Amino acid sequence: MAGSRPLVEMTGISVAFGPVQALEGVDLRLYPGEVHALMGENGAGKSTLIKALTGVHPVDAGQITVQGEPVAFSGPAAAQAAGISTVYQEVNLCPNLSVAENLLLGREPRRAGRIDWRGARRRATEVLGRLHLDLDPSSPLDAHPIAQQQLVAIARAVEVDSRVLVLDEPTSSLDASEVEELFRVVRGLRDDGVAILFVSHFIEQVYEISDRMTVLRNGSRVGEYRTAEISRVQLVSAMVGRELEVLERLDRAPAAPADETESPVLRAVGIGRKGAVEPVDLVVRPGEVVGLAGLLGSGRTELARLLFGADRADHGEIAVDGRVVRIRNPRTAIDAGIAFSSEDRKAGGVVGDLTVRDNIVLAMQASRGWMRRIPGRKQDELARRWIELLDIRPADPDALLRNLSGGNQQKVLLARWLITQPRLLILDEPTRGIDVGAKAQIQALVAEQAGQGTAVVFISAELDEVVRLSDRVLVLRDRKPVAELAGEDVDMDRVMGLIATGGEAGA
Amino acid sequence: MRELLRKPIWPLAALLLLNLAVTPSFFAVHVQDGRLYGSLVDILHNGAPLAITALGMTLVIATRGIDLSVGAVVSIAGAVTCTWIASSPDPASPGAAIAGIGLALGLAVALGAWNGFLVARLGIQPIIATLVLMTAGRGLAQLITDGQIVTVNNATYSGISGSALLTVPVTVLVAAAVYALVALVTRRTALGTLVEAVGINPEASRLAGVRSRTIVWTVYVFAALCAAVAGLMISANVHAADANNAGLWLELDAILAVVIGGTSLAGGRYSIAGTLLGALTIQTLTTTIYSVGIPPEVSLVFKAVVVILVFLAQAPKVRALLARGRRPAGPQPPPPAAPVPGGPVTDVPVEKTGSSR
Amino acid sequence: MTALVERVRDVRRVPTRFLPVIVTFALFVLMFAGGGLRYDSFASGQVLLNLLIDNAFLVVLAVGMTFVILTGGIDLSVGSVVALSTMVAAALLRAGWPPVVVMLAVLAGGALFGLAMGAVIHYLEIQPFIVTLAGMFLARGLCYVIDLQSISIEDPLFRTIAQTAVPLGEELFLSPAALVALAVVAVAVYVLHMTRFGRTVYAVGGNQQSAMLMGLRVAQARVGVYVISGACSALAGLLFTFYMLSGYSLHAVGMELDAIAAVVIGGTLLTGGSGFVLGSVLGVLVLGTIQTILSFEGTLSSWWSRIVIGLLLLVFVVMQRVLARRGAAR
Repeated sequence: MAGSRPLVEMTGISVAFGPVQALEGVDLRLYPGEVHALMGENGAGKSTLIKALTGVHPVDAGQITVQGEPVAFSGPAAAQAAGISTVYQEVNLCPNLSVAENLLLGREPRRAGRIDWRGARRRATEVLGRLHLDLDPSSPLDAHPIAQQQLVAIARAVEVDSRVLVLDEPTSSLDASEVEELFRVVRGLRDDGVAILFVSHFIEQVYEISDRMTVLRNGSRVGEYRTAEISRVQLVSAMVGRELEVLERLDRAPAAPADETESPVLRAVGIGRKGAVEPVDLVVRPGEVVGLAGLLGSGRTELARLLFGADRADHGEIAVDGRVVRIRNPRTAIDAGIAFSSEDRKAGGVVGDLTVRDNIVLAMQASRGWMRRIPGRKQDELARRWIELLDIRPADPDALLRNLSGGNQQKVLLARWLITQPRLLILDEPTRGIDVGAKAQIQALVAEQAGQGTAVVFISAELDEVVRLSDRVLVLRDRKPVAELAGEDVDMDRVMGLIATGGEAGA
Repeated sequence: MRELLRKPIWPLAALLLLNLAVTPSFFAVHVQDGRLYGSLVDILHNGAPLAITALGMTLVIATRGIDLSVGAVVSIAGAVTCTWIASSPDPASPGAAIAGIGLALGLAVALGAWNGFLVARLGIQPIIATLVLMTAGRGLAQLITDGQIVTVNNATYSGISGSALLTVPVTVLVAAAVYALVALVTRRTALGTLVEAVGINPEASRLAGVRSRTIVWTVYVFAALCAAVAGLMISANVHAADANNAGLWLELDAILAVVIGGTSLAGGRYSIAGTLLGALTIQTLTTTIYSVGIPPEVSLVFKAVVVILVFLAQAPKVRALLARGRRPAGPQPPPPAAPVPGGPVTDVPVEKTGSSR
Repeated sequence: MTALVERVRDVRRVPTRFLPVIVTFALFVLMFAGGGLRYDSFASGQVLLNLLIDNAFLVVLAVGMTFVILTGGIDLSVGSVVALSTMVAAALLRAGWPPVVVMLAVLAGGALFGLAMGAVIHYLEIQPFIVTLAGMFLARGLCYVIDLQSISIEDPLFRTIAQTAVPLGEELFLSPAALVALAVVAVAVYVLHMTRFGRTVYAVGGNQQSAMLMGLRVAQARVGVYVISGACSALAGLLFTFYMLSGYSLHAVGMELDAIAAVVIGGTLLTGGSGFVLGSVLGVLVLGTIQTILSFEGTLSSWWSRIVIGLLLLVFVVMQRVLARRGAAR
């Protein structure tokens, strides 16, 4: 196939959202009869690129051609008409309708103006048969697990005779056998000459299914590789990147060699949740920073949410300062001295229409209950002190939080937790999507907090950050813990190796 | 006050000017039998129940909720009190009135808690959850009054609506007191902030440890209490409980008042002053229609027109369309998130909150 | 509650979406049978038919409301539009218009009213609750503009339709209005299940975003349901005119609540996407049976119907919540 012409060619694609450059000069080529994997961490620009291809976002610069013809789609419907279909992670079908209807909605066969249900069922059976799917066409879609719904979405794309099929993280909520089923269908389509763009963060899956891959980082293309020619370690390194400049050593006392006798702040035994993360043991001592390393979807965020009660663990036990606590919800976790800064700043942290001051005191106020308001003077004092300490700009407690930049919003959220003086601070991607200056300040802050005896769990997609800040690193892969590194063992190569291979080769 | 000025005050101002044009003596106020009289006083007096109900509704809407049952609660409150007074051994005694009022307020707390239970505990959509009480509540009121209009002759009770203190009608004083109380409570406690936090971003609030359920529960109880107070005023005004008609469609007027006042039905930031403005606008509209000489029944047409105008003026889509018409295809102003590393961000327009709340 | 969930799981063979309708049907049968056991002349065919005759207008209203609610919207204006239709019909007849032209004018007016509301809801993106609330005020107010008093109808055609009984078999009969209502139900079922428009209505209610991404005609469906609801309200207004033989501003006060209650009791989700017209018809019949039982009982006062309707709403709302949670848990 290598000699054939690309079906879709995107060249020099740039997309900006206001001042944020989401994509800069990115190229992508899709060949017929090939599965092309699009790789990259959070914020690398994968979904923006897909949306640019399917006409959801207009491109600021660059060209898209389909079979050599330049195109500009006005929206998903136009893209679909040109033979480009997309199946999203959150299945974009109507769960309340039957499988057959979801396959044919808008294109149902009609006879004398009315829908020919018999014909529709026949057509649906045909399409499902072509993909070897054993589903009852008249059963409601929501009677089937997500995996099957996803296959129905693919079948719908097949029904319109798509030449290009975009699969946006289709496997993120599927188990192993479901993934196999999906891959069987995908291979069938590939063999029929469909060009498939496969977005996933599961390394093994990508190696299993793809012929070629494009890696994005921070809105730029790192490179295009043939899957057979790039090793797992090379791939991970391309995805997470290594900053070449010499990293300033953080000014922090060398980690006290983990004092086994000191009682841990957190002791989690077998904590896990079905479908999120398999049972994990984790111990964090006072003044210690434990990093959770792994790719997106490895279970790192899921584990953090379980520790905080944002999601409820279905097994395992958590003890804080030696006392077993039942973490039922964030409230109980906070009462036990745990603080958690969510990776999804916008949905899980920022209360945009409240002021910086209100946001800073929110968690403390919530602990006191609404009757016992923190006195205005105290609020002002806290807000001013932390605005100064964290260099929050603008230094105005009355500014609405939504008007601050991402980095400053993040600092406000950190302040929200630090004023509660937590025993355990869980930070999930606190430096994501923020500028370099703020990032350095936040890293310094983490080190400082640990220096003061707070136990810290630190998560970041940027491995060098995790490695640099952590005393110990727990590596997760495919929702399982694979290894724990401490002391001298904490280095980039080792962590990357574990993430890439799961340690079968090394340990 | 500054906040008040940013609210859509033009409908109210226009109505008042219209009145002045039609009836030059519209703003005249005089004292008679130790009580103020005049069109403006009437607006405040007659608008008190709506203003109070809308206040409760404001907090509910701020949490992304809605309470359709307030009209039913109005009728229940009147029914309970009048029935209690009428069946007490001495129907004219102050004791009977006070006990009846206490009973009504207590029942309102229970009804509000019921709504809160459905919304906060069972997680039922507020509009549906409160529809239950909206439908059944008026039936309950009729059950209490046995389908009759219960008239009472109790000076204490009538005093809620009829009397005046220092020439100001008690209804106006009560409404003012309730507004002052809420302003005070939301300022002196953290209730206002937490209500807004829950309405703006429920998930972030949950992760910050806010006890959303308690908050939601509280606002529904408060809304029912407000409705009960309004119900007592309405019933005391006519010395009777009319289970069928008392507070009919009051929930709709209250919602309108809240939204005219600038609080979004999507929840979040709310404005007590805006709600007061909205309630006064609606009441002034009704009064205007009387004073201009239009049959009062037709007032609904005008109400509809005002609602449509206010909403069209507030709808983001309409504003966008208008703006596009004015400014031809300019680039969108960039969002204010300016990642300038370490640099000052002085060029970012920073919205301030008013200090009036 | 857990026990209930377990029980619900036992009857898994029945698709969840039919379950509420089946419950409503069982409820109707139980209530009717209960009435039959308690009152001698209750369980007759004519009492059953009278349910339809007395509630023909409500059936038509509920059908229109079902379309709207299936898309996840709501129409608060229907009761007022019924009243306005009675007024317009009575006033036009008084002015000497031919009766058939009057009927057509009323129907067209209702559809236009719905079109205007639907367009504002969809294109200006204002919540249906607010838009139809304004519509409710406007329609009711326009009634008063036409006349403050009740206008009685003397037109021979209207009177004939009102007094005609269509015999069914030996002793049974239906009114023309009831037949119209049945025809509307049949057409509605056809439209919802046999046309692309109908399926788009369901799709929009299931997931509007998805419907848009699938390239369906979302605008047509979202505006169309309000046109249908407006036309149904106008038709219900005409049927109500036959029933009352007068136009009056205070007709049909609060009827929108009855219509919504019938739809919810009929098993349609207020969040949209799930429900059946036949369920709504059953909902109307349940409401009608409550009234009939109250009238047979005599000593029971009318307000009990409100309380019972409220309780039924509660039961169905909680049941739907439990079903939804069960769905989410899967």
